[in-house]
Amino acid sequence: MVSAEDLLPEELPEYTRSYVYLFGALTLGSFVCLVASGLTLALFGPGWWHVSAVGHFVNSIHFWSVQCLFFFMVLHLWAQFSMAAWRGGRGPTWVVGALLFVSSIIAAFTGYLSQLNLDSQWIAVQGKDAINAVGIGAFFNLLNFGQMYSIHIAVMPLVIGGLISVHVILVRRRGLVPPLADDIAPGGDGREG
Amino acid sequence: MKGELASDTRQPRMKPYDLVREALLALGVVAVVVVVLATVFSSPDEPPLTIRAYATSSPLSFLQTALGDLDGSGTIAAYGPPYNNGSGSVQSLGPISPQQWAGVRVPVNTATDFVLQPLGVVAQVEPAVATALAQFEHAAPAQQAAWEAAYGKALDTAAKAGLEAPTPPASAGPVGLLLPALLHVAQVGGLDGLLLASHHFYVTDYTHPLLFISGDALGTQAQRLHLLGTQWGMMNETGNYPGAVWLWLYTFWYQIPPFSTSANGDLLIMTVMGILTAAFVLTPWIPGVNRLPRVLRVYRLIWRDWYRR
Repeated sequence: MVSAEDLLPEELPEYTRSYVYLFGALTLGSFVCLVASGLTLALFGPGWWHVSAVGHFVNSIHFWSVQCLFFFMVLHLWAQFSMAAWRGGRGPTWVVGALLFVSSIIAAFTGYLSQLNLDSQWIAVQGKDAINAVGIGAFFNLLNFGQMYSIHIAVMPLVIGGLISVHVILVRRRGLVPPLADDIAPGGDGREG
Repeated sequence: MKGELASDTRQPRMKPYDLVREALLALGVVAVVVVVLATVFSSPDEPPLTIRAYATSSPLSFLQTALGDLDGSGTIAAYGPPYNNGSGSVQSLGPISPQQWAGVRVPVNTATDFVLQPLGVVAQVEPAVATALAQFEHAAPAQQAAWEAAYGKALDTAAKAGLEAPTPPASAGPVGLLLPALLHVAQVGGLDGLLLASHHFYVTDYTHPLLFISGDALGTQAQRLHLLGTQWGMMNETGNYPGAVWLWLYTFWYQIPPFSTSANGDLLIMTVMGILTAAFVLTPWIPGVNRLPRVLRVYRLIWRDWYRR
C-alpha cells in the first residue's frame, strides 16, 4: 500500500533538480489534454469535426495532444533508460511504463482508424495485411469502424488510465531512483537494491 | 547492494516539493502548447475516397477491379483468411501460419457481395440487367469464365488504346452488360450505398466498400500523398503534418530486404516487432542491455550537479 505522504511527498532529494524529471508530468499533462479533447469529440459524435469549425479546432487540439504525448513520453523513456531507473527493485515500474508506451501506440492507431477520412481508409486497408498475417485481424477487424471507434474511445482510455495509475503508484511507492555510482560497475538488473 | 547507488555513501539533501503544483504546471504548459499549435497549424482532414469518385475518375480501373471481383482473380477474391478460403495473401513461417489458424471470420465473397448482389438490386428496376443477370447466374461455370475472359481481353485492349471503357464484344455475353451497368450505378453514387446497406439498416462496418477500393483506387491516392508502404507510409500523414513517427521502427523493416521482398514480409516484421517489444518491456533483466546506461553515461549529464559536488 502507498500512504498519502508517499503519494504527495513534501520534499524530494536534491538530485531530482533537473528538467528531465518534468517529462513524466508533461506526458501526463498531454494525456489529460487528450482525454478532455477526446471526450468533447465523443460527445458530439465522430462526424462532428468534419462539418463544424469548432469541432475541427477540438480535433486539432486532440491531434497535437497526441504528438505532445509521444514527444514527452519518448523523452521520459530515454531519460529513465539513461538513469537505469529500474534499479533498486524498480523493474515493475519500467514494465508498466513500457506497456503504457505499447498501449498508447494501439490507442493512436485506432484513433487514426476512427477519423472517417482518407487517412483512416488507407491505414485500414494498408494495416490489415499485417494484422491478418498474425491472425488478429480475424477478431479485430481494422475495416470495422464501429469496433475500432469503440476500442479507441472506451477500451484504450481505460487500459491507459489504469496503467498510468499503477505506474504512478509504483513510482511513489519505490521513490525516485538515486544517482549511479559511476566509478563502480555493479549489475543492473531489476532485482537489485 | 554495495556500490550500486551513490546514496549508499552520500545522503542526498532534500528540497521542498509540491507534486500537485508540478502536475498543474505541466498540464498548463501542455494545454497552452497544444492550443497554440491547433490555432496556428490546424489538423489534416483529407476527404475520404468514395466509390462514386473512383468510378467517375477511373472507369477503366473500376471495371478491371469489378471483373477481378467477379472472376475470382482479384486480390481480395483470392485473399484467404479472415475473408475467404483463398491462398493469395496467406502468410506463414514454415508450418506456422496464425492467419490460417484463425480461420475465416469476416466472410467476403467478392463476386456475390461486390458485384452480383448490388446488380440484383439494380435488376429490380432495370429489366435488361435482370435478364443479363439471370443468364449469367444460370450459366455453367465454364461459360461464365469464357464471358469474363472475353470481357477481360476487351479491357486490356481499351487500356492499351487509352480508352476510358471498352466496347463490349459479343463474346462477353451478359458480362458485357452487367459490368458497365455496375459502373453506371457506381458513377451515380449507388454502389457506395449498396455495398454498405447489404446487411442492416444501421451500419458501422465498412469492410465491404473498403475492400472494394483497397487496390488501385486507394493505392493511387496513397501514392499521390506519399502514404505507400515503400514510402514509409505508415509514418506519414496527409498534408504537411507530422505523422505517426512512433511507428518508425515498424515502418523501417518494410524498406529493407528480406522483409521488403518476402511474400511473408508482414508476418516476418510482426514477429520481429513482437520480439523487440518483449525485449523493450523486459529491458531491466536483459544482460548487456541493462548495462548500456553505464556505457552511454548520459546520466552524468542528468545528475551533473550531484556529481559536481
